[in-house]
Amino acid sequence: MTSIDLYRTVRLIRRFEERAIEFVRSGEIVGGIHPYVGQEAIAAGVCAALRADDLITSTHRGHGHVLAKGVNPARMFAELMGRESGLNKGRGGSMHAADFSLGILGANAIVGAAGSIATGAAWAQRRLGKSTVAATFFGDGAVNEGMLLEAFNLAALWNVPVLFVCENNGYATTMPVDSAVAGSITGRAKAFGMPAFTIDGQDPEKVLAATTAAVERARAGKGPTFLECTTYRFDAHHTFEHRARLNYRSNEELAAGWSRDPVEIQGARLSLDDRAAVDTEIEALLDAAAGIALGSAHPDPDAALQYLYASPEVFS
Amino acid sequence: MPKLSYLKALNRALGDELEADERVFVLGEDVRVAASNLTAGLFGRFGPERVLDTPLSEQAFTNFATGAALAGMRPVIEFQIPSLLFLVFEQIANQAHKLSLMSGGQCKVPVTYVVPGSGSRTGWAGQHSDHPYSLFAHVGVKTVVPATPADAYGLLLSAIRDDDPVVVFAPSGALGFRDDVDFSTLAPVPLGVGRVARAGSDVTVVALGHLVQDAIAVADELAGEASIEVFDPRTVYPLDVEGLAASVARTRRLVVIDDSNRTSGFGAEVLAVAAERFELDAPPRRVTRPDGAVLPFALALDRAVQPGRDDLVAAIRGVLGRNAK
Ligand SMILES: Cc1ncc(C[n+]2csc(CCOP(=O)(O)OP(=O)(O)O)c2C)c(N)n1
Repeated sequence: MTSIDLYRTVRLIRRFEERAIEFVRSGEIVGGIHPYVGQEAIAAGVCAALRADDLITSTHRGHGHVLAKGVNPARMFAELMGRESGLNKGRGGSMHAADFSLGILGANAIVGAAGSIATGAAWAQRRLGKSTVAATFFGDGAVNEGMLLEAFNLAALWNVPVLFVCENNGYATTMPVDSAVAGSITGRAKAFGMPAFTIDGQDPEKVLAATTAAVERARAGKGPTFLECTTYRFDAHHTFEHRARLNYRSNEELAAGWSRDPVEIQGARLSLDDRAAVDTEIEALLDAAAGIALGSAHPDPDAALQYLYASPEVFS
Repeated sequence: MPKLSYLKALNRALGDELEADERVFVLGEDVRVAASNLTAGLFGRFGPERVLDTPLSEQAFTNFATGAALAGMRPVIEFQIPSLLFLVFEQIANQAHKLSLMSGGQCKVPVTYVVPGSGSRTGWAGQHSDHPYSLFAHVGVKTVVPATPADAYGLLLSAIRDDDPVVVFAPSGALGFRDDVDFSTLAPVPLGVGRVARAGSDVTVVALGHLVQDAIAVADELAGEASIEVFDPRTVYPLDVEGLAASVARTRRLVVIDDSNRTSGFGAEVLAVAAERFELDAPPRRVTRPDGAVLPFALALDRAVQPGRDDLVAAIRGVLGRNAK
């Protein structure tokens, strides 16, 4: 994985998110989204350390994770727009994006829920004789959810090849992490006998290096690792936030956040020409993707409950 | 013919499926020593990777099973007590059940949840005696309540083989029930297909689980007075409306006995189906626990809250237009 590849991923996520926010404003996307702007280095670095057949689970703020894992942006836009050509055929939307062909077991809108799903999936993959690992993303808010702590225990106890990736962006909605977490975030993991590290979540290369070591450890049968990635959410918690006019972050704090922009941090490692070439490539890719999504069909209302059951035959 | 108990039938089904399909595994609390007897002998036969003793972490291990199912396995979770289902309602109703639709059909979640000892456990009081099958039916999770040993075997087998999440409620009042069974006839019983447990022509009594035996006993007792048909739907969801319709078409009278709370319960559902679809000669009745009931401890109080044979007799006489004695 070269510097340019990591830059391509963070830039792709950034521009995808900015365009998605515009589509919310213009009404093409109905419902809110949770922008990942500012946190792109984590998805880029973690997914760069994974193999194509490794698994991930994601969160309500999941666009970056799935794009970094290789999702087709046209199908992701289409999902956000509720189109039949979307990743989930328009049945999942922003908070449930899944692509099983890419090992993406789904974004999950219940804070702290996906960690145990990833643990079970990683355990099962090993039982089935595969050498894959799973990475599960969650925020700082999730480390106060009992279910996630239970998952740490199971994963550590049974040496499950799973990576717990905490994106500490300082807030759970408006609740500052310092007002929410007693002890420390890494202390949560260490209590279960798991190695836990705090890393700079604004630098894709640092995230990649830490994740690579954790993946090797997991593949070697040594069990889970916990990575606390410190980051900052540059935008609102979700796109409805401006209506509520929530006031919980100062302009100084926001400016300090933007001063460590992962797109700039990684971009600075490229020549100006290379950087410009990637930027142009991404714009063209996203133009095409948005066009495909906007041009694709809406699902048939008669099929609103299609896929409700995997074995529908008992329901006549 | 050899006798088979209901609990042993569940155990046998589990053993047979573990044997037949490598992807099946069991997890739960104290399953290694088989504290409830559901998993008796299985640890010795299949070992720790297939009979997985879990710490007390219901929420995590329920989602763990979902993850394992997404990765290609067929987990069976044993829950020690029915109220644990309240703890993991999110994980079943909001995660496992929803993933198929939300993913646009990309995945299936074949997890089976077994509760051996649902309903009143005789002297275990408020937090151990619920029978929450109606909750799962309401959200659309396939929900099974077998009544006989052969059905316990056959329905558990079908639940494990089903590609969706299925909750299997084994009422504690049924676990010890024994039947003459020719083992060679044990077979899967399809979900969503009820059975006439006793034929009759004057009134249909719908009963589930351990209450099927009570309904048959009442029917026998009232044999000189009325000809009572007992219909056992076997699965609460999906409900065998056609089978029920056929029975009610013969009897034109309906009583439901349901060991769950009255409002929005299974009994209410059957009566609603009847109101929409059936022609009845008398208003139907339901015999249930009271609204919002919590099972009290003292045995007489516990029994007073559960639907009993006397209540059933009164309801049957009511729909027959006779006064309860
Ligand atoms: C269990 C649960 N509680 C509350 C919510 C509502 N909610 C959605 S996102 C969110 C904040 C999550 O914060 P964090 O885990 O730090 O992630 P971030 O939004 O910062 O990425 C909350 C409270 C939820 N979806 N699930």
